[in-house]
Amino acid sequence: MRLQKATRFALYAALEFAARPDEYVSAAEVAGKYGISLNHLAKVLRNLGRSRLVQASRGVGGGYRFVGNPKRTTLLQIIQLFENIDPITAGERQPGDSTEAGLILTKVLEEIEHTARATLSSISLDTMLKMTRRQAAGAKGTAQRQPATPVR
Amino acid sequence: MASGTAASEAVKIRRARKADLPKIIALDERVTRVPKTEYWRDLFDRFSEREQGRAILVAESNARVVGFAIGEVRAWEFGSPPCGWIFGFDVDPEFRERGIGSCLLDALTTFFRGCGVSTLRTMLRRDDTLIMSFFRSQGLMAGPFIQLEKDISE
Repeated sequence: MRLQKATRFALYAALEFAARPDEYVSAAEVAGKYGISLNHLAKVLRNLGRSRLVQASRGVGGGYRFVGNPKRTTLLQIIQLFENIDPITAGERQPGDSTEAGLILTKVLEEIEHTARATLSSISLDTMLKMTRRQAAGAKGTAQRQPATPVR
Repeated sequence: MASGTAASEAVKIRRARKADLPKIIALDERVTRVPKTEYWRDLFDRFSEREQGRAILVAESNARVVGFAIGEVRAWEFGSPPCGWIFGFDVDPEFRERGIGSCLLDALTTFFRGCGVSTLRTMLRRDDTLIMSFFRSQGLMAGPFIQLEKDISE
C-alpha cells in the first residue's frame, strides 16, 4: 500500500506538531526535516487547518500547532482528508466483476482492505508518537550495543 | 506476582480470588452484554487446577473489581514458540482512561516474563476499535500469524 505524497506530508506534519503541543512549529522546519517541498507542504497544511486539526500563527515565532486530540485522531482520519480509500465495491464496476472468479477476487481484495482499514483506524497520532520514541530508543540501544570496530 | 498502581488513584493489581468471580462475571456482562456465567466458572476452575503459566489478574479499587486481564502461556500452535496469550481483558467503563488498562497489561507482561516467554499475543475483532487502539498504544503490532475461519453451519 502506498500513500500519496500529500497524505504522507500531512501525517509527518501532524506528528511533528502533536509531538510539541506547546509550541508553534514552522513549516520550513518540517519541510527541512523530511526533505519535502515547502510549497507542497503549505497546501497540505491549509487542508489540515480547514479540518481544524492544526492552527496557524503568523509573525515572529509563528508556525503551526496541533489542536486536535492526538489520542483520538487516527491515521485513517488524516489519510481520508487527502485520498479515498473506499471499499473496492464502492468504485465503478470492472469487466468480469460479476463472474464467479470476479466475485471471489473482490472478496479476497476486500479482506485485504478490511485489515488495512482496521490497522489505520486503530493507530492514533499519540500511538504513532509512542512508536516513534520506541523506535528511536531501540535504534539508540542498538547503536550502543554495537561492538567497537577493531582499530587496525 | 507483579502488581501495579494506576497513576491517578489507588488501584491494586493482584491475582483473582474465588470471591472475585461474581464481580468479574458482572463486569464482563456489563461490558459485552452477553451473560456467560458457565464459561467463567469453567475457566476459573481450570486456571485454579493448574496455575503454572496461567493468570487471571484483577484491578481493584476500594474493594471493587474495576478491570481484569487473563492470559496463559501457549506453545507450539502451528510451530509458534511459547508466547503469552491474552484472551480476556477489560476495564470498567467508569474507570477507563486512568491508566488501569496499562497497569493490568504491565502486570500480565511481568507475569509472562517470569514464565520465560518473550512475546505477547492476542486476537481481537478488527472492528473493535477501542480495544484494538488500546493494545496498539501499548506497542502491540500485527504478528506473523493470520486468523482464518470458515462458516460450517448446515
